[in-house]
Amino acid sequence: MAELTAKQRMEIPRNEMPAQDAKVRAGNYLEVATGYSEETARLEAERCLQCKKPQCVEGCPVGVRIPQFIKALREGDMAKAVAEMKVKNNLPAICGRVCPQENQCEGKCIVGKKGEPVAVGRLERFVGDYELQHRTCPLTKAPATGKKVAVVGTGPASLTCAVDLGREGHKVTMFESLHTPGGVLVYGIPEFRLPKGVVFGEIDYAIKCLGIDIRTDYVIGRTLTLKDLLEEYDAVFLGTGAGLPMFMRIPGINLNGVMSANEFLTRVNLMKGYLFPEYDTPVKVGRKVAVIGAGNVAMDSARCAYRLQAMQAKEGEDHEVHIVYRRSMEEVPARAEEVHHAQEEGVIFDLLTNPIEIIDDGKGNVKAMRCIRMELGEPDASGRRRPVEIKGSEFDMEVDTVIVALGTSPNPLVFVDADGLERTKHGTTVANLETGRTTKPKVWAGGDIVTGAATVISAMGAGKRAAADMHAFLSGNGTW
Amino acid sequence: MGDTAAATGYKILQKETLSDVTKLMVIEAPQVARKAQAGQFIIIRIDERGERVPLTIADYDRNAGTITLILQEVGKSTMQLGAMKVGDTVASFAGPLGHPTEIKNYGTVVCVGGGVGIAPIYPIARSLKEAGNYVVSIIGARNKGLLFWEEKMKAVSDELHICTDDGSYGRKCLVTDPLKELLESKRRDVAHIWAIGPAIMMKFVALATKPFNAPTTVSLNSIMIDGTGMCGGCRVPLTEGAQFVCVDGPEFDGHKVDWNSLMSRLQFYKTEEQAAVEAYKHKCNLDIAAEKGGA
Ligand SMILES: Cc1cc2nc3c(=O)[nH]c(=O)nc-3n(C[C@H](O)[C@H](O)[C@H](O)COP(=O)(O)OP(=O)(O)OC[C@H]3O[C@@H](n4cnc5c(N)ncnc54)[C@H](O)[C@@H]3O)c2cc1C
Ligand SMILES: Cc1cc2nc3c(=O)[nH]c(=O)nc-3n(C[C@H](O)[C@H](O)[C@H](O)COP(=O)(O)OP(=O)(O)OC[C@H]3O[C@@H](n4cnc5c(N)ncnc54)[C@H](O)[C@@H]3O)c2cc1C
Ligand code: SF4
Ligand code: FES
Repeated sequence: MAELTAKQRMEIPRNEMPAQDAKVRAGNYLEVATGYSEETARLEAERCLQCKKPQCVEGCPVGVRIPQFIKALREGDMAKAVAEMKVKNNLPAICGRVCPQENQCEGKCIVGKKGEPVAVGRLERFVGDYELQHRTCPLTKAPATGKKVAVVGTGPASLTCAVDLGREGHKVTMFESLHTPGGVLVYGIPEFRLPKGVVFGEIDYAIKCLGIDIRTDYVIGRTLTLKDLLEEYDAVFLGTGAGLPMFMRIPGINLNGVMSANEFLTRVNLMKGYLFPEYDTPVKVGRKVAVIGAGNVAMDSARCAYRLQAMQAKEGEDHEVHIVYRRSMEEVPARAEEVHHAQEEGVIFDLLTNPIEIIDDGKGNVKAMRCIRMELGEPDASGRRRPVEIKGSEFDMEVDTVIVALGTSPNPLVFVDADGLERTKHGTTVANLETGRTTKPKVWAGGDIVTGAATVISAMGAGKRAAADMHAFLSGNGTW
Repeated sequence: MGDTAAATGYKILQKETLSDVTKLMVIEAPQVARKAQAGQFIIIRIDERGERVPLTIADYDRNAGTITLILQEVGKSTMQLGAMKVGDTVASFAGPLGHPTEIKNYGTVVCVGGGVGIAPIYPIARSLKEAGNYVVSIIGARNKGLLFWEEKMKAVSDELHICTDDGSYGRKCLVTDPLKELLESKRRDVAHIWAIGPAIMMKFVALATKPFNAPTTVSLNSIMIDGTGMCGGCRVPLTEGAQFVCVDGPEFDGHKVDWNSLMSRLQFYKTEEQAAVEAYKHKCNLDIAAEKGGA
């Protein structure tokens, strides 16, 4: 394509993401968004104005070199596009799929001020997928330093940290309590949004290139403690996330049929419950499901439940999934694309609605959920308008399954035998946000364990910053 | 994936049949044996399609790096595990999980084990005995065929009472009968009671000891997935609010447990479990038929 003027670039409409038809995909677990073709990707790349002071980069939590990778992509130099990407982001195929771009790069993109922003996320995914297949940018390893590092957890924070330290020549051992590495990327985010092949492709490649050792079935705090690790390793990174589910304190919360989103998603994703009895772990949803909450976790639960119902339904049987959220659509915290997809697939949104009791069928199972209508009042501490109950508006919603997706806090097991590791009253670990250093010498932390439930990219950023500081420390340039 | 450990797996070193449906297995897992203590459990997963099954540590040998498990075949996973042979490997083995039993010299203690619960009560009785307690043990089962470890229990107890529901061995009674008699007779000052067995048994033990205000610890076996506090599926309502059996337990004050809720939660997947057993048996029959056909 000949060099275009800025005006011409802005006239190109944003390219839609090809996706499986909503009716079809609501009955399967295959990936929803099928990805740009090369042609579409290059056309989308033409929309970028190559700003001198790129706002998109400001919006990116790790400062991905966005204009540079987009330029290489539109010039057809894929190897360069990958190399530019990997300066800041080790896992573009994952981020391109799950980042909340509308609040980050795309939210800031100058083209978006008048029309629709450049689809940075979709281009990132295109570059990531290209690399997964072609491996133009091999991971290389510096000569061995003789230093040993333990990385606890195998989510995005730990994976990023382990890869960066492995590249510097340190001997990295990762410890994971579950039987499979990947953290939330594997047990939480469903296959239809982030295929596990993508995650395992990245992990396997890192193991192969860098000789990283991953020990699954190691529960730190039980199988080994932080104290044990410090005796054997020169430095320890904690990236154990925030996996402890919170339940509401309302009557009926322990009835059969009420479960945390973590339980439901773990049964479905990690244990492949949707393939029961081919796989051994059952997962059960009724014909009418209520999901409490409206974050990514709630959207994933709702869409998994809807698919499961469709797969288990008898001919002509009705089924419903409701998102029950106490604020309005404007405050919904999930990624815009997921909300849109959920609505397309048939998930019903009950907004400004708050559960107050779960009602027993007399045999210990859920029969209904009593809710109250809400309205928005004055702004609260978070700046969002506070929902207040409308007196006398109680009503019963007939449901047989309730999935609670109201947030999580750090899993406390890792803190066994960890004297001197300070925590906040929310259970998160105190750490320097620039370096990842905790209050305990030779221990770094990053990701959800520090911030509470956040995003994949912020966890990766924390893993990267910690790795840089750990490397400086291990190389002797750093003192504690 | 995750096959770093699974590629090698955890080897079954020894297997014994204790009754038709009760098997003992010794499994090689040095990293678990190093830290294992009485009262804790492990999570086992047979293969890539397997579920995560919690089983109590019935014994451990730190030097040999082994864990002893006793399993009762009640469903698909335990049947499949029970059919495995020495030399076979399982894909995952994580632990030790949960809090260990608080062992100290209490004075006189009672250890009640019902059915497969005899297995987990044994290391507790042994540790309590080693700590200098006067140990009264009561073990019971539906019938003689389901009883095991009588000799081992005898060796770590000052008194051993044996009950069967049908009277085919020992006394024909429930485990709660000798317990009540002991408490009523006041012949010893009972300081603490441990009870492990089916939920219904633990419920009745707790009810029996309540009038005497005798501290009673039970080990709960709720349905689990991860076993690390991540899902809340194992939660059990106690008088002071719900707790997670896998990280807060598995031992709890039996007088505080909401037994009806616990028992109802254990039934939640009954239909699916039965379907899994049918499919498993069907597949075994097909395998046998195929072998015969091939021969
Ligand atoms: C359902 C769901 C959907 C989400 N969707 C999005 C999205 O679309 N976009 C987005 O940006 N973010 C999303 N998030 C949030 C994002 O996934 C997390 O912020 C991110 O994964 C945090 O990474 P982490 O590395 O800190 O920890 P995690 O990914 O939580 O990984 C922690 C790992 O540590 C292991 N571990 C825990 N304790 C121990 C221990 N004691 N010993 C050994 N190992 C241990 C865990 O098993 C786990 O594998 C979602 C989260 C969920 C649950
Ligand atoms: C901490 C803990 C320690 C345990 N220790 C032992 C042990 O040492 N030996 C042993 O044989 N079993 C033990 N169990 C029980 C064992 O985990 C279950 O029997 C097993 O998960 C059943 O799997 P399955 O596929 O064979 O049967 P399923 O098909 O899952 O279940 C068959 C039947 O068993 C019941 N059941 C299901 N899960 C459990 C459960 N967790 N506890 C009790 N009943 C259940 C079901 O209601 C059903 O009636 C323990 C459980 C826990 C939580
Ligand atoms: S802000 Fe938009 S137009 Fe400017 S460099 Fe970034 S992606 Fe391109
Ligand atoms: S088994 Fe998941 S929290 Fe206990």
